[in-house]
Amino acid sequence: MTLNVSSNDVALPIDVERIRADFPLLGRTVRGGQPLVYLDTAATSQKPFSVLDAEREFYEHHNAAVHRGAHQIAEEATDDYEAARRAVAAFVGGTFEEIVFTKNATEALNLVAYAMSNAATSGESAERFRIGPGDRIVVTEMEHHANLVPWQLLAQRTGAELAWLSLTDDGRLDLSDLEVVVNDRTKVVAFVHQSNILGTVNPVAPIVARAHAVGALTVLDACQSVPHQPVDLPSLNVDLAAFSGHKMLGPTGIGVLWGRRELLATMPPFISGGSMIELVTMAHTTFAAPPQRFEAGSPPVAQAVGLHAAVDYLQRIGMSTIAAHEHALTGYALDQLQQVPGVQIIGPSDTVDRGGAVSFTVEGIHPHDVGQVLDDRGIAVRVGHHCAWPVCRRLGVPATTRASFGIYNDYADVDALASGVRAAQAFFGGAS
Amino acid sequence: MKLESLYQEIILDHYRRPVGRGLRAPFDAEVHHVNPTCGDEISLRVRLSGSADDPVLDDISYEAQGCSISQAATSVMCEMLEGASVSQALERQAEFLSMMQGNPPDEETLGDAVAFAGVAQYPARIKCALLGWMALKDAAAQAVDHRTKENA
Repeated sequence: MTLNVSSNDVALPIDVERIRADFPLLGRTVRGGQPLVYLDTAATSQKPFSVLDAEREFYEHHNAAVHRGAHQIAEEATDDYEAARRAVAAFVGGTFEEIVFTKNATEALNLVAYAMSNAATSGESAERFRIGPGDRIVVTEMEHHANLVPWQLLAQRTGAELAWLSLTDDGRLDLSDLEVVVNDRTKVVAFVHQSNILGTVNPVAPIVARAHAVGALTVLDACQSVPHQPVDLPSLNVDLAAFSGHKMLGPTGIGVLWGRRELLATMPPFISGGSMIELVTMAHTTFAAPPQRFEAGSPPVAQAVGLHAAVDYLQRIGMSTIAAHEHALTGYALDQLQQVPGVQIIGPSDTVDRGGAVSFTVEGIHPHDVGQVLDDRGIAVRVGHHCAWPVCRRLGVPATTRASFGIYNDYADVDALASGVRAAQAFFGGAS
Repeated sequence: MKLESLYQEIILDHYRRPVGRGLRAPFDAEVHHVNPTCGDEISLRVRLSGSADDPVLDDISYEAQGCSISQAATSVMCEMLEGASVSQALERQAEFLSMMQGNPPDEETLGDAVAFAGVAQYPARIKCALLGWMALKDAAAQAVDHRTKENA
């Protein structure tokens, strides 16, 4: 694989023009008839026709309540829902029982955090998940709020302490004190695979090795990795992982928790109600086996069907091809942006262990104003702290502008970004 | 290009040379407001003087970080309200808020602040323009409250 593509001479692995024809939204115009340059895939991806069609087809022909009903369409709906589970499982190297559908990745992470506090009152079988005063929860300074706040609250509920691995100045994890931070009282280590703000891809193996050496569970936030590179969760050796449907060409309203079968088997439930029970009396309830134990209430069936189509679409292109495509774009973007005087990359400035989310600051111009000028030219980026406020505080910036890439982006999109940044500088010229 | 309609010259001028910046003492109330969607922050102090019935904003001082819209809106507000009574300030605040909701502004009373009328077309930026104004409303209320308690 090319490590640092600094020109657009290298042909991109994906035929972007052909791909774009599959994405209806990318054909629209914005801000007075300009073509859309969509560089906000890390926030949410656009959806191909096949995903939209799958949802519509489901509602038109197979819509019924799943896992109940003595009629044909209920069987069809259940088959569609469970086929989605099998497809998602295969996509990340897991098995059918290891996939829990949630409403989003945030809920998947909360599910684990609440299961851990519920473990205190869940009998001996939940021993593995118990946490209390004197125990430790470890996160990193690089986390999205979704993988930070639930652990802060778990610490508050249980009296456990929260500790974290810190960041280096160039936006990587500082693992020099890994053995001190992950001490022998640590019960869980939750960390991000690929940073949504910095783009950094973290080394999973040493963190997991240390966590397992002290008997801690590992929870991986895979929201930015699963959509953009081949990810085989069992071979990463993590215990649990979360990712979201809408960032991987799928619909909103569905997230995924993957967990090792033997762990999910003893994990206490979080949200309770219908569908997650085994036996119910007025005084007592026993719970269904996973994954149903963690899917109380009406599940996101049409969304699962859409996510199935998204997984099929990604697999038709191939995750290695997607990773190579975005790697080339990232290298080109880093190079083009760093040629603009006053632009500073926030995060790794090369493409080593790095994904396609490129955050930057422009000297003298607030990110919100940079974003406004880009928007005026039809370029969609994200500005702000990207739900990773501690990263901004650590690196001493109030906010950043972030461009992030997907399969439908090409070099011309990067060129538009770089000239947009120059236009912002021209517009705010005298600002200090 | 619509950019010029958003970023009027007055806005860019105040962004480059803000009025009233820097926290000053003495003060009757200090508030800290944030815009959690973009991380903009402001600490704002007010000092009151004059009658207890309708005190005057003797000094408005602030430290803030944020985009051009939030910084300029706060600066224009400070310039406009220095020496105004609390009741006048709250009226202006209500008018500015109304303008942000897309209602036509009264140029007579809002003065330079009408330059922000274009912000109403950009829903994501309305909170930027309101950051300083909401902080002022909060601080003025707290300062009046504080003085009332002191005089009781």
